[in-house]
Amino acid sequence: EDEDDNLGLEAWERSYADDRSWEALQEDESGFLRPIDNSAFYHAQYRRRLRTTARIQKGLIRYLYIVIDLSRAAAEMDFRPSRMAVVAKQVEAFVREFFDQNPLSQIGLVTVKDGVANCLTDLGGSPESHIKALMGKLGCSGDSSLQNALDLVQGLLSQIPSYGHREVLILYSALSTCDPGDIMETIQKCKESKIRCSVIGLSAEMFICKHLCQDTGGSYSVALDESHFKELIMEHAPPPPAIAEFAIANLIKMGFPQRAGEGSISICSCHKEVKVGVGYTCPRCKARVCELPTDCRICGLQLVSSPHLARSYHHLFPIAPFDEVTPLLNDPRNRSRSTCFGCQQSLLSSGNKPGLYVACPKCKKHFCLECDIYIHESLHNCPGCESL
Amino acid sequence: MASAPSKLYSDDVSLVVVLLDTNPFFWSSSSLSFSQFLTHLNQVVVIATGYNSCDYVYDSSSTGNQSVGNGRMPSLCATLLQNLEEFMNKDEQLGKQEPEGRIACSLLSGSLSMALCYIQRVFRSGLLHPQPRILCLQGSPDGPEQYVAIMNAIFSAQRSMVPIDSCYLGAQNSAFLQQASYITGGVHHKPQQLDGLFQYLLTIFGTDLHSRNFLQLPKPVGVDFRASCFCHKNTIDMGYICSVCLSIYCKHLKKCSTCGSVFGQAQTQSDEPSATNRKRKTTDA
Repeated sequence: EDEDDNLGLEAWERSYADDRSWEALQEDESGFLRPIDNSAFYHAQYRRRLRTTARIQKGLIRYLYIVIDLSRAAAEMDFRPSRMAVVAKQVEAFVREFFDQNPLSQIGLVTVKDGVANCLTDLGGSPESHIKALMGKLGCSGDSSLQNALDLVQGLLSQIPSYGHREVLILYSALSTCDPGDIMETIQKCKESKIRCSVIGLSAEMFICKHLCQDTGGSYSVALDESHFKELIMEHAPPPPAIAEFAIANLIKMGFPQRAGEGSISICSCHKEVKVGVGYTCPRCKARVCELPTDCRICGLQLVSSPHLARSYHHLFPIAPFDEVTPLLNDPRNRSRSTCFGCQQSLLSSGNKPGLYVACPKCKKHFCLECDIYIHESLHNCPGCESL
Repeated sequence: MASAPSKLYSDDVSLVVVLLDTNPFFWSSSSLSFSQFLTHLNQVVVIATGYNSCDYVYDSSSTGNQSVGNGRMPSLCATLLQNLEEFMNKDEQLGKQEPEGRIACSLLSGSLSMALCYIQRVFRSGLLHPQPRILCLQGSPDGPEQYVAIMNAIFSAQRSMVPIDSCYLGAQNSAFLQQASYITGGVHHKPQQLDGLFQYLLTIFGTDLHSRNFLQLPKPVGVDFRASCFCHKNTIDMGYICSVCLSIYCKHLKKCSTCGSVFGQAQTQSDEPSATNRKRKTTDA
């Protein structure tokens, strides 16, 4: 019924009907309508996120399988344009973000369709190959089967080295599962293989998913709408807390290839084409590879560059959360330190009253709320501590 | 690859954040006079990278600096030089010890972080904002203790799609600046003749990002991405990486010296890396 109404409207009218833009306004003290000031709200959200990621050891080398449910429930249109399209788009963004934050980890894709689980792509470190494979196969039909998916993933993950952390992320749209045997046995096997299973549901909470996640130490959440789904899936991009017994610490042999000389011609081992000047040379067998990180196809050595390792160093040297400061109105020091140290924005809100700001516990410099979020979520350096 | 969403830039307006190396130990040994350094730039913010501190020195968009003396060149320079003088005095007062004879490094990581915070503020200022980029004028050598902080700043700049150009005036090569320009898509150049510095700055670093598609700028040559081992600080081709803390070693060890994990057997307790406990004296959560 909603759709029939929408078909008669123009696109610009639909944006008012769907987005309900009047809800983004509120009245201020003089009776004028103003857009809702979201900065304090985003800051409160960010503080909640910060509390959960305390200084605990994280599993940095992850082998993650994403299970995408392509049963007929994924064709439902409560997420526009359809659940499956939203899932595909967010998985693409997630894969890019995942490799950005975990350059040494690998992802594989599994789809469940007509009650059968298929491996779409093998574990690999290149985002483009996964995204291309996903975009090609987006038809939905049949039932969904949780047990078949878990069986397949458990078999595939048993082949990875013992220092890696094994994870599964299941994006489940259906409300039922069609299993050939006892799923509790499968869950027990996953628990013994030390696989951390997490589920994001798109319809409603299911007991079996909750039980699976609780048993294996993963997280279970149900998405309310598209933006909530995006938030939930991005929570899985940073490395989860590592359970120490799950992965055995080991020394991994890796190579640091140099860039091939300008003008040198050779055949690359990944595409079997002639390449001039671009690419890297494996230090052990001297084969040419086109991009990093990768495994050398000839000798099997894992090839990385030092920036790839450096991308994960901020997990090892995290910066302390900043303390919220409620300023005293008559404090004479307020006038001298009234700008954010990072961006030089004034910390006084409208009317020359001091607004809410934060201070670093070590260097004691003041920062505005937006710099606080940027420093802790993206930059991972405190400008004040680095300037000492 | 960076995953930042596409942004709307006003094509003809650029913002350059210049990080000026003011390490006095370097400038006293260099033949180039400091005051000949400055060029006429459009919308510019200058952050001074000192030996003991970093600070904003000049902001062309702040109201106090505009329309002074009809906006002519000499008056703009005068404000900048005056602020620089004050900064150098403050910086000197903060310092305590003398170096051993080697030119000590300046705080590049601090000024890079401040520049990125300022650029984030510019991004928040509305839909059409200037195209930002960072220009580092650096003479001091790299400080190895700043490696992690500089790499964090470089990756954050890559995600926000902010190129970092670098002009290195010192004697040796700066690996940090070469990597920064390569990863973020900026231009790195080490001028051969310091007398012609103004020409280098104008023709290479003065070009805005849109014009760079049509111009021939110095290409990155010989950027070395090999790592150094943690035990001897040698550059290595092949090494061993601890799977827990990603420390690099050149030969096989029984125990990781950074995080204390024993290799080859299951850990019973997860400890924080001991090096971080020494560096950051905060209590565990």
